[in-house]
Amino acid sequence: MELICPAGTPAALRVAVDAGADAVYCGYRDETNARNFPGLNFSREELKDGIAYAHAHNSTVYVAINTFPRAGALELWHQAVDDAVALKADAIILADVGLLAYAAEKHPHQRLHLSVQAAASNPDAIRFYVEAFGVKRVVLPRVLSVPEIKSICQNITCETEVFVFGGLCVMAEGRCSLSSYATGKSPNMNGVCSPASHVTYREDRSGMVSRLGDFTINKFAKNEAAAYPTLCKGRFVTEQGSGYLFEDPVSLDASDLLPGLKDAGVTSLKIEGRQRGRAYIEGVVRYFRQAVEDLDAGRAIQTAGLMQMTEGQTTTVGAYRKTWR
Amino acid sequence: MKLTLGPVQFHWEPEEWRDFYFRIADESPFDTVVTGEVVCSKRKPFYDQYLPEVIERLKAAGKEVYLGSLLLVTLERERRQTLELIEQSGVPVEVNDLTCLASMQGKSHAIGPYINTYNEATAAYFARNGATRICLPPELPATSVATIVQNAPEVAIEVFAFGRLPLAISARCYHARLHKLSKDNCKFVCNQDPDGLTVDTMDGEHFLAMNGVQTMSFTVSNLLGEAKDLERMGVKSLRLSPQHCDMVEVARIFRDTLDGKTSVEDGQTKLKAIYPEASFSNGFSHGSSGSKWVSERLEDQMGAV
Repeated sequence: MELICPAGTPAALRVAVDAGADAVYCGYRDETNARNFPGLNFSREELKDGIAYAHAHNSTVYVAINTFPRAGALELWHQAVDDAVALKADAIILADVGLLAYAAEKHPHQRLHLSVQAAASNPDAIRFYVEAFGVKRVVLPRVLSVPEIKSICQNITCETEVFVFGGLCVMAEGRCSLSSYATGKSPNMNGVCSPASHVTYREDRSGMVSRLGDFTINKFAKNEAAAYPTLCKGRFVTEQGSGYLFEDPVSLDASDLLPGLKDAGVTSLKIEGRQRGRAYIEGVVRYFRQAVEDLDAGRAIQTAGLMQMTEGQTTTVGAYRKTWR
Repeated sequence: MKLTLGPVQFHWEPEEWRDFYFRIADESPFDTVVTGEVVCSKRKPFYDQYLPEVIERLKAAGKEVYLGSLLLVTLERERRQTLELIEQSGVPVEVNDLTCLASMQGKSHAIGPYINTYNEATAAYFARNGATRICLPPELPATSVATIVQNAPEVAIEVFAFGRLPLAISARCYHARLHKLSKDNCKFVCNQDPDGLTVDTMDGEHFLAMNGVQTMSFTVSNLLGEAKDLERMGVKSLRLSPQHCDMVEVARIFRDTLDGKTSVEDGQTKLKAIYPEASFSNGFSHGSSGSKWVSERLEDQMGAV
């Protein structure tokens, strides 16, 4: 199986390549990219150098242009696609139907992948993207169980890529406006979720209060570590009960499920975390490189060594196990 | 400007659901009605028994009827349900997930607000594929709506103008999770909350509403004040999404305000009176947080539209 790793900076890209990534995914430093965080991402020049470095070390680079273009500003997204082609990106990861149509028509030989932000969750939806735009691979949304992934793989003609480690969207990706409801900024339109620019922390007598826009997302006792206030992982209250109503502050770790994913016919394993630092990228990539090699050689996979990368957070296999639902 | 009634998103008792549509057929000024279960495939059998009579009554009353497709399709059963919709004779589909789009080619259909139509190129693509009406995603600001209307004149553009905002869809059922039940054995607890279950913050701020696998806004979107400006922009229809209040009266208020028979101020007063528990928002339309209420007029904000 292929191992695809995140890079938020040129340094992270080199670290991921050196640690054994078959492919690295990254994006431009603007709103065309669903990880449009301050201080991250690539200029055209940096991307050119990054692609050259990856190609020289037998690795590949996928460019994510996976927000939904703003009405009246299509040129910015078109230019992003044209530049990625010119810079010899090995694949371009897209989500918007209009932009896929543009890329397929203007660059018929460019390899296109369907972003997780398109949330194509069954063979019929995937077939639409394959037939209409010649998409070669689909990144599956994190709403599917392993048997469902297997069934999808058996019923489509393109490759599949699944997330195995890192942040976990609880909602179907690309179909969530929770962030813009609270802050006016959304993943689909602005490439951000629960943006730091709208986060405030306040200390009161009982402990720390974290807020996003005008809403309290969580409260922590003095002895409790205050997690970042990602909207869907906050603590809320209803008449029926309260707590982490949508999801606990967990991250995804599907390393135990790698044999099942291989058996399902998955092409590529994806690590989330373009906002992560070099040490994290190196540790996680090395771990999964070893795991994939063990798997391909028919050996048992070592699971020790990954816990330190979850930063004390609880992990989950998410929707890959049906009971999560 | 036409008025479209969106599908009921909540889990109502089947007889109440049927009678709701009967009254919409008999008394309301809606031009178009989208029916069918779109949120959860498990709820569908409850309504299927009444669906033929509901469609017949709506059609007999002169309403243009659409069947909404399911928002999130993962199970084999859900795939079949979605593809079967296309076979329903005489009723066009409103597509809410791209699962059935390929099968729609050349057939007249609509695109629902759960599809990501964020720009004119995507709207034009759907129009070429046979879509005659597109309801834009609720988070889209009016500036984008205006650009899409101007650049995709071949398709009628609709804007979500009343009701709790559908904000997210998940494979996980939050109602079942809250009641400590598995999704497969959910006991249909979502039917205890016919207007959604209010989700508050730990500081007591009203925030969201839970509706099974769907997460909605606590506030009720209300674009009565923006309706005339949207009409001038070239928007062809407004979508009013069913809440547990007098939707016939809500439609009359929008109709009368659009027709100049009622002032926006009087219309707002009447809306508050028939739905006193609602807290209204219009922030998305103004390019602000969706939860906000902006009193400035759209036209003043955008310049001449």
